Amino acid sequence: MSKKKSSCVRYTKWGYIFLIPFFLVYTIFSLIPLISTIYNSFFENYMSGLNQIGPTFVGFDNYIKLFKEANILKYTWNTIIIWLLGFIPQIVVSLTLAAWFVDLRLKLKAKGFFKTVIYMPGLIMAAAFSMLFFSIFSDAGPVNDILMDLNIIDQPFRFLANVGGTRGLIALMNFLMWFGNTTIILMAGILGIDTSLFEAAEVDGARAFQIFRFITIPQLKPILVYVLITSLIGGLQMFDVPQILTNGRGLPNNTSMTLIMYLNKHLFSKNYGLGGALSVMLFTLTLALSLLVYRIFVKKEN
Amino acid sequence: MINKNDNGLLGLYIRRAFSYFVLIFLMILCLLPFYILIINSTRAHPDIQKGFSFLPGSYFVRNFKALLADKNLPVVKGTINSFIIAGLTALLTTYFSSITAYSVHVYDFKFKKVIYSFILMIMMVPTQVTSLGFIKLIRDMKMLNSYIPLIVPSIAAPIVVFFIKQYMDAVLPLEIVEAARIDGSHEFKTFNKIVLPILKPAIAVQIIFAFTNSWNNYFIPALVLTDKDKKTLPILIAQLRSADFLKFDMGKVYMMIALSIFPIVIVYMFLSRQIVGGVAMGSVKG
Amino acid sequence: MKKKLLSLFFVMTMIISLLAGCGDKNKETEDLGGDNVDVENGVEDVDDEGEDNTGSEIEEQTNADGEGKVLNIWCWNTEFQSRVKDFYPGYVHDDASGTGKIGDITVNWIITPNEGNAYQNALDAALLEQANATDDDKIDLFLIEADYALKYTASDYTMDVKDLGLTDADMAQQYQYTKDIVTADGKIKGSTWQATPGLFAYRRSIAKEVLGTDDPNVVQEKLADWDKFNAVAADMKAAGYTMLSGYDDSYRTFSNNVSGPWVQDGKVVVDDNLMAWVDQTKMFTDAGYNNKTSLWAPEWSADQGPEGKTFGFFYSTWGINFTLLDNSLADADGPKEPGNGIFGDWAVCYGPEPYYWGGTWLCAATGTDNPSAVKDIMLKLTCDKEIMKNITEVTQDYTNNMEAMNELANSDFQSAFLGGQNHIALFAEAAPKIDMSNISSYDQGCNEEFQGAFKDYFDGNASKEDALNNFYTNIVIKYPELTTE
Repeated sequence: MSKKKSSCVRYTKWGYIFLIPFFLVYTIFSLIPLISTIYNSFFENYMSGLNQIGPTFVGFDNYIKLFKEANILKYTWNTIIIWLLGFIPQIVVSLTLAAWFVDLRLKLKAKGFFKTVIYMPGLIMAAAFSMLFFSIFSDAGPVNDILMDLNIIDQPFRFLANVGGTRGLIALMNFLMWFGNTTIILMAGILGIDTSLFEAAEVDGARAFQIFRFITIPQLKPILVYVLITSLIGGLQMFDVPQILTNGRGLPNNTSMTLIMYLNKHLFSKNYGLGGALSVMLFTLTLALSLLVYRIFVKKEN
Repeated sequence: MINKNDNGLLGLYIRRAFSYFVLIFLMILCLLPFYILIINSTRAHPDIQKGFSFLPGSYFVRNFKALLADKNLPVVKGTINSFIIAGLTALLTTYFSSITAYSVHVYDFKFKKVIYSFILMIMMVPTQVTSLGFIKLIRDMKMLNSYIPLIVPSIAAPIVVFFIKQYMDAVLPLEIVEAARIDGSHEFKTFNKIVLPILKPAIAVQIIFAFTNSWNNYFIPALVLTDKDKKTLPILIAQLRSADFLKFDMGKVYMMIALSIFPIVIVYMFLSRQIVGGVAMGSVKG
Repeated sequence: MKKKLLSLFFVMTMIISLLAGCGDKNKETEDLGGDNVDVENGVEDVDDEGEDNTGSEIEEQTNADGEGKVLNIWCWNTEFQSRVKDFYPGYVHDDASGTGKIGDITVNWIITPNEGNAYQNALDAALLEQANATDDDKIDLFLIEADYALKYTASDYTMDVKDLGLTDADMAQQYQYTKDIVTADGKIKGSTWQATPGLFAYRRSIAKEVLGTDDPNVVQEKLADWDKFNAVAADMKAAGYTMLSGYDDSYRTFSNNVSGPWVQDGKVVVDDNLMAWVDQTKMFTDAGYNNKTSLWAPEWSADQGPEGKTFGFFYSTWGINFTLLDNSLADADGPKEPGNGIFGDWAVCYGPEPYYWGGTWLCAATGTDNPSAVKDIMLKLTCDKEIMKNITEVTQDYTNNMEAMNELANSDFQSAFLGGQNHIALFAEAAPKIDMSNISSYDQGCNEEFQGAFKDYFDGNASKEDALNNFYTNIVIKYPELTTE
């Protein structure tokens, strides 16, 4: 080991050189923007029509404003509830499918085909997917047509004029876009579990569900936590789907207005102060969640 | 004994039937929206408004032409723009992520641990949270309506670095690099000529993911690109929601959605095995 | 090693700037190093130019043949484009590129949709850069709507049309209100080809069936005030029709008859008449007198078509020929004549209250390098009696020339789309009554957010108070400088 090290010394500088592009670009396009975002969050700075207001230093006013005037808690709640509506079915379905796919006794055919199909929505442009759902779930759209033809309803169901309808559609899209991905990750996780554990359980006469409950789930715990946190981080970024579905309005009654949609409004009207404060809060939140993911990796390595 | 086995078999059959039922239901759920999309992109606006039909119409070509003829919705330019941005992004991000991962993998220097930990820590922080400073910077640099702020930042992609590093751990023993050094190969050349080919499978998967992500990206491009002729497909799609712009020809709307989805779907049909495999590969250790 | 690091850094920056070059016009990279103009300075620059821009300088420019070769026109839809296409002498449109030619000047159309302030934001960004832009990128002509006209006419980004060379005599036949609205500090900052009095357009066949007649005079009698209007709505419901289609349909008849502007001393004020609209629309919704659609939505457009079961729509001049006509056709590519959909089944009457809706003004952007081309477009399309009369005859749009319109009103002019009615006579009657004294620069945002917020109330998703609070929340996001209740 020490011998190798010494022979490496003259090459070490290349290690640094190869890191330059990454860190140069990271500094310019991520670190400087981050600092500038934090800096801006302490100023009043926006455009009033064609006139610039500020920048004036206002301390923590923007943060206080977010909580006092801006319903930030409501937008956070919206984001979390819509995420949960998609995530709970996602994890249940994915776990079930993953267990079925690796179950040797079940011997499902056409596994590859099913995997291909369920992963596909994940690659679709969220903007297009959302526009598609907007079109087919509109008051006079195909879904209402079909439901009325089947005599399930006699009046169009106005999905987007209904809190549950709108949130449900967003959650459904999130579910469709992510459950294939999660299934594959969980499958890989299950395949990574020591097979002797399963064999021992079968010798003991455990049933399929018992094996799933008492071996698969506990062994999968780190991966489940990983899926949970990455999904939560993804959920906090929720934007494209509700933005296009509700045309940026978060209708009805602001119940589908997510945090990033709210941020986008400030970016659009160039309100750097409030937008900055909101960004800093989101940054802190996601960084904390990222550190949790990091700890999972570190634990795994050890 | 025999009885019990029968019970077990019966149970298995029931479980199997139930599994297929659920799988087919999910398959329909995944495919139905796209089926409706294909059907409606072949139908004329008044027919679409009259109600849904499970059979395709004959307006595919007319809708397609109507879409291309719409000067306010430069779809062809949008497609080209999306291709340029997504293509360059995919190439830059995989190449530079490989070289970054290579640096951490092969060389032994002082801050290696710190640097790699840093990359892992920031891995999950989304771009949205720094977008305010980003847009302000881009504005100050007069790079609004330029593709640089959409392409160049992809050079620093921590997730891709992580993935490729994982792959290197599995397939790239240091001996290969040592051997090249003994042959007098320059470090840079070693990377390009020897290491990159070894990484091919991982890079191929990452190119596809990076391309798809960039192709689908809406948030940042919508803030950077305001010129009609510079816009990418997702921005044009979002414009369909601004109603006074387009006098809703639903046939055209469906056609536009189809156009932005199908390039990816077609690529996916050919490469689904590698892509699905790639997802699993990245997660085995995660 | 340091040297190598340094050189690598330079290579990197070179690559980046090279990329910058191909990613965008070169001027932007040139600007990169040089003048670091911040927004405030940008405004001042324009200020100075605005003051210098007295007639002499412009004459100098024109005389010296210094006119640019590129004319950039900013707008939010294709309405004005089609006017230029069809009525501006010498304009040739190239469908392939979407640009046009006037002589050797290339005309670029920069179209940004209106919704969510998108057009204004894009326009603002471009105007702030106007002083730094190259001649070919400068905005020359831009369009504004009544809802936010003040924001631009009160600024120095718009030119006095008299500095362009238009005279009082040129504009003598324009309706006074169209000039008042764009007048700031005694200077007229824009000019329009249309006047936009609003009317109520209804289906003749439904009127015959339910009201027993389709005669506009009799129908007007039955709709003369809101009580009568509501009574007819009930009859329509009984006969299986809806009186209106969407929530927003009657909005303008209320919002134009308010007692004060949206914003007073920096504070958003919700007028009682707007709440009257809320109450009426809620009543209509609950009673089934409307079809629960929204302005511009596909369902709303469909209600104006052959399958529609809606009695009528509040529309102003442009809406009838630009929107309603297209929506009424069964075959969009077919001939625009009776037999295609419900073409010819429409008629107009005044409705319960006078109102106006919309209106588009042309503004010359300060710093334009094509002042004489801009002036000529204004002159021909907004002041020339013959051209404007022709526009009305061909498109049935109502143009901003009193003499021409009165001639048509008293002629036997007929609109085939409106079943042979001379709607110009009605417009000519309504146009002088337009009162725009209560407009503010925030109207677009306020109207949009107000209509949006109360949709939740109509749909039953929010109480009236919640909807009002949502409106206040959203309006401050859009205009941080405003205060609310």
